[in-house]
Amino acid sequence: MQSKMKESDPILEVENLSASTDNLPILKGVSLTVYPGEIHAIMGRNGCGKSTLSKIIAGHPSYNITNGDIKFLGENINSLEPEERSQSGIFLGFQYPIEIPGVSNLEFLRVSTNARRKFLNKEELDTFDFEELVKEKLEIVKMDHAFLTRSVNQGFSGGEKKRNEILQMALLEPKIAILDETDSGLDIDALRIVASGIKKISNAQTGIILITHYQRLLDEIKPNYVHVMSDGQIIKTGESDLALELEEKGYEWTDNFIKET
Amino acid sequence: MVNENLVKDAVKEPYKYGFVTDIETEKIEKGLNEDIIKLISQKKEEPKFLLDFRLKAFKKWQKMKEPDWAALGYKKIDYQDIIYYSAPKQKEKISSLDEVDPKLLETFDKLGIPLTEQKKLTNVAVDAVFDSVSIATTFREELAEHGVIFCSISEAVKNHADLIEKYLGTVVPASDNYFAALNSAVFSDGSFVYIPKGVTCPMDLSSYFRINSGDSGQFERTLIIAEESSSVSYLEGCTAPMFDTNTLHAAVVELIALDDASIKYSTVQNWYAGDEEGIGGIFNFVTKRGKCLGKRSKISWSQVETGSAITWKYPSCLLLGEESVGEFYSVALTNNLQQADTGTKMIHIGPKTKSTIVSKGISAGNSKNSYRGLVKMGTKATGSRNYSQCDSMLIGDQASANTFPYIKSQQANSEIEHEASTCRISEDQLFYLQSRGIEFEEAVSMMVSGFCRDVFNQLPMEFAAEADKLLALKLEGSVG
Repeated sequence: MQSKMKESDPILEVENLSASTDNLPILKGVSLTVYPGEIHAIMGRNGCGKSTLSKIIAGHPSYNITNGDIKFLGENINSLEPEERSQSGIFLGFQYPIEIPGVSNLEFLRVSTNARRKFLNKEELDTFDFEELVKEKLEIVKMDHAFLTRSVNQGFSGGEKKRNEILQMALLEPKIAILDETDSGLDIDALRIVASGIKKISNAQTGIILITHYQRLLDEIKPNYVHVMSDGQIIKTGESDLALELEEKGYEWTDNFIKET
Repeated sequence: MVNENLVKDAVKEPYKYGFVTDIETEKIEKGLNEDIIKLISQKKEEPKFLLDFRLKAFKKWQKMKEPDWAALGYKKIDYQDIIYYSAPKQKEKISSLDEVDPKLLETFDKLGIPLTEQKKLTNVAVDAVFDSVSIATTFREELAEHGVIFCSISEAVKNHADLIEKYLGTVVPASDNYFAALNSAVFSDGSFVYIPKGVTCPMDLSSYFRINSGDSGQFERTLIIAEESSSVSYLEGCTAPMFDTNTLHAAVVELIALDDASIKYSTVQNWYAGDEEGIGGIFNFVTKRGKCLGKRSKISWSQVETGSAITWKYPSCLLLGEESVGEFYSVALTNNLQQADTGTKMIHIGPKTKSTIVSKGISAGNSKNSYRGLVKMGTKATGSRNYSQCDSMLIGDQASANTFPYIKSQQANSEIEHEASTCRISEDQLFYLQSRGIEFEEAVSMMVSGFCRDVFNQLPMEFAAEADKLLALKLEGSVG
């Protein structure tokens, strides 16, 4: 699929990945390679396995890998704990960020950031230094300082939760970010903030996978590749215009691909 | 489901206070009868009124039945198989700390409670109780300058007999309940605090209770009196060695607050809880009660209960004085096969009295954790208010939590509010934290301390940090 010569090594390689939960197969042989600086979009109907793919890459314990490999920077990570994956630079932006009552957002962000910094052999930040860093990153997602003093995601609106995810991405500076329907539930202004945040954080060394239903996010962040998933498989891969075609013709159009394959 | 393997693989933190001090002790024979009580009283050179108090209590106890209403299950206790007095052998009269057996000082050192002049904690005065006797009390002279009396109750019986005679048993009468009656008959030592009128105690006072001997029970008695417009913050800590038998601990604590006085009583209870199979551990049957006798007086209980095989404990407030205030902040954590039935009683007697109850129960493993609380508004408690909040957190799918709130109101012009919730640490929450680089154990302990924050905020500074650490330790390797 990605036939042109790449100058650098891939960040993420998903090779013929099959996975199940409660003995129910969800992924049926997915392959995907992301190189530095690339933006990939994964589209598809609800239940096609896109969210599952993102959770498995992040190490969710409810899913069993039945076949295939996930490689990150050349190393097989199939058996790594979720926290090890995060520390080494894999970020999953949740479709539905989880509320954690009683745990202060600021403390959560600090512990999380320090776990990543420790992995990178960077100095861990105390409360004061972290305040400085987080202030700077808040700008990116145009969030108010008041968010930090609340419990993690508790009582946040849908848009606030998503911005909190991007804030975490900004703090963790991942090598690869998988953003699971980060655009859902956002109004047009919030979408622009989130999209510009993602663009600011990513660079020529990072990879991004956008999981989405809609073209509107892809208008803001133009992907290099678009993959269409159906029934646990990637059934078509193209460039950014594939998303436009999909928007126009609907997912019914993709049903034909399944027949072809 | 929380990932089982992860949990089992995690390292177990052993109970680090489980050591036994090898020291020669003076023990009396096992069993309980009038002669034993006379012997205890004689050993302590007590005045007649106290011996009478004990014997009367013993008579009552003999007629009483061990309560069975708590949601607890345990093998019947054989009260004749317990030693009721055990003391480390020491010189007859000790005039300074230098004469205390170094082994005892070492023991308290190891527990993080240094007593010697050079090492003692700078901001807290400590009364150290070892089995049945008080070993040492620090900062006594400094406190005496402010008129504050802080000593063992045995000493108070000798030197302040008038105060003891006036107040002992006035908050928790001997006939109050089975365990209080037992304690009244055989109590050995404990702490005594007297804060004179208008004095704010210049430092926190603290008692540290150490059970060392395996076959003797511990029956301490604490009495705190805060005169008009005085205030004091008192802390209590407890540990015990690991034995495979159960040790009985039946304490009585009485607090008295007069007009405008305030007493804050904080406990971190970490008695040995028994092993994973539920072998050994302390049976903790405690009666704690405060009397807000004066107008605008205030008594605040905060407790972090993490130890003991069985906890039966209801620190309560009798709100007599007009506009008096009672508070109860509790975290009770049970793991493995621990059982806790704990809560409070807020008895509103005077008008415009106020009480607040915040209880957080955390059950992990196969443990059982019950909140039991009574809020009562008497006929004269007009304009009184209560707010209760009881939250339970379950970790794993084998633990259980109960809430038993009792509300009795004889007063239409009063307000009672009760909120309760139960939650479980979900796999999604754990995964969310883990996917942000936070390790499993730390993720659990973050959520647990978040859950307990309302209570931890009420603890004195050093205690809050200790409590947080203690909870993390207790849960380590046992979340499943």
